[in-house]
Amino acid sequence: MSAAGPTSGDRPQVRLRETAEALGLPDAGGHYGPFGGKFVPETLMPALTELETMYGQITADAGFQQELSSLLKDYVGRPTPLYFASKLSERCGGARLYLKREDLAHTGAHKINNALAQVLLAMRMGKKRAIAETGAGQHGVATATACAMLGLDCVIYMGEEDIHRQSLNVFRMKLLGAEVKSVTSGSRTLKDAINEAMRDWVTNVETTYYVIGSVVGPHPYPAIVRDFQSIIGREARQQVLTTVGRLPDYIVACVGGGSNAMGIFHPFIDDAGVKLIGVEAGGLGLDTTKHAATLCAGRVGVLHGSKSYLLQDEWGQVIETHSISAGLDYPGVGPEHSYLRDTERARYVSVTDVEALEGFKLLCQTEGIIPALEPAHAIAFAARFAATLPAETVVIVNLSGRGDKDMHTVASALGVTL
Amino acid sequence: MSRIADKFAQLRADNCTGLVAYLTVGYPDVASTVPLVSGLVSGGADLIELGVPFSDPLADGTTIQRASHQALLNGVTVDTCLDVAARVRAAGVTVPVLFMGYYNPIFSYGLDRFCGACEEAGVDGLIIPDLPPDEAEDLRQCCQRRGLDLVFLLAPTSTGERIDKVAQMGSGFVYCVSLTGVTGARRELSTSLPEFLQRVRSRTDLPLAVGFGIATREHVRALAGLADAAVVGSAIIDLVEQAPPHGRQDALVRFAKQIKS
Repeated sequence: MSAAGPTSGDRPQVRLRETAEALGLPDAGGHYGPFGGKFVPETLMPALTELETMYGQITADAGFQQELSSLLKDYVGRPTPLYFASKLSERCGGARLYLKREDLAHTGAHKINNALAQVLLAMRMGKKRAIAETGAGQHGVATATACAMLGLDCVIYMGEEDIHRQSLNVFRMKLLGAEVKSVTSGSRTLKDAINEAMRDWVTNVETTYYVIGSVVGPHPYPAIVRDFQSIIGREARQQVLTTVGRLPDYIVACVGGGSNAMGIFHPFIDDAGVKLIGVEAGGLGLDTTKHAATLCAGRVGVLHGSKSYLLQDEWGQVIETHSISAGLDYPGVGPEHSYLRDTERARYVSVTDVEALEGFKLLCQTEGIIPALEPAHAIAFAARFAATLPAETVVIVNLSGRGDKDMHTVASALGVTL
Repeated sequence: MSRIADKFAQLRADNCTGLVAYLTVGYPDVASTVPLVSGLVSGGADLIELGVPFSDPLADGTTIQRASHQALLNGVTVDTCLDVAARVRAAGVTVPVLFMGYYNPIFSYGLDRFCGACEEAGVDGLIIPDLPPDEAEDLRQCCQRRGLDLVFLLAPTSTGERIDKVAQMGSGFVYCVSLTGVTGARRELSTSLPEFLQRVRSRTDLPLAVGFGIATREHVRALAGLADAAVVGSAIIDLVEQAPPHGRQDALVRFAKQIKS
């Protein structure tokens, strides 16, 4: 053991290879059963192959993993706590609710786990420029943060609509030195930001690394993002075993593209007794067209490089979605979630805008924690669900981010002028 | 031999660089597409690409994005595109006609149902920019059953292995993307284009059509001896956009003539 630097005992555990091999998925072509794959312009195919090769190398590279582990501990602040929300549990009546506190990670959300690791990977690949899409702005902020610290040029694509509702995050990205490009095509939200980032990547593929922010996109991205986010579930598993002495009964996480959910689900996949529940954005209700509940109400299609459930019209055109939460306002979902849905390993439900706001207020009032609107969906479902469960039941909710960015949206929804 | 293979054999025999002309179905309106295609063909277009609009055209630049968006606002569906193709044939167009569009609308329609409908409408082939050969086996089989050519794309970034894969899976011709980027008219051709085309040529006997950024007669002339045909898309959409409604067809006739001269 070296006297200088952290030891493996007090660093967060990074075991990418083990995670990647746990399920044997994706297969060599990047498929999760019938889902996933690489549906991209030919120009990008060699870049995806290169990325796959480099990713294979870094998963076996102790130096890379040591560097990442150290940054996750000292820069991001991991491990994040697993907090027993006793007041919330008491208020709900029933199950014991635990919160995985990703809101306490540097930059305020789980997105930094993946962004930091991918920017490190980009440096290994010799790229000097990173691009990313962002919806709520959290992935954009995380990518801008990692680029500022590691010295890469950074361009963030963000829908015009999201720029309006997440102006605070736009300012943060600019402070961090990133260029924020407004996307005015289509619905001017996350899906269009991804289209525009893909167009940039296809144009500048030789010099540019595309930091995808969720478990979506062409292979190998869904696997890479899952593996980098699985730190959430690995920590939670160890923490719950230590503090409760057994595995949880349920894990609840919100799902837009699905990265925080996949990150906490994945290390529990082989634990058959642990039930996994993903909470989608029900918007104004699933009986309207104003929602983003892809797994609850979509059908299988191809968008942004992979086959997965998709909100689309009868002619295969992608529908404009709605959610009070910009981070969940996306018509697609990661292909592995589609696989978990169809194999019934995970269950997916939805929570409306109104219910999410109730969840948001509930957590503020009972625990003194202001959640982001995205995990407010998970809180809202878990609170309702906990009431139906016996007292000894253990539920972990992934509190994927904090709510500062949402103050304007919440104030306006509550009729308050700031 | 397919209508597409016949056409390229004839172009080679005539020692002539062919013109593949692209139009988005339903742009600027559905009624215009058939007369505009007729105009392009009477001006000398050798093959026609009909663009099937999609909500998320991530391989396209702003011109074709705008055309697709307008077409969708005009209510264009896959059925509209099939109907327009059939009417193009009914209007006496005999050159090869291909659909160019993204995978999801086709997948959503049903691969076999779509290919059957294409055959019936007189469509000869498909170009799908977000469907590399790695994901195309199901569609390739459907195309084969219906006598459709499935055209794959290659890019300057394509390795020898990728070229071989496309040569093996594709038919009709190979669509060579002239640059790393999206569709859209450009001033200059990429300087590395000849090297790229020679690399592809050395590994396949399939005809080569070069697209993305091809906008002028000079571009097409520069391809002589390097490729069998040039694909022009955004420049045509730009013309349609700029011409007065009654002058659009004539503008396309003149444009095709000029490109081919």
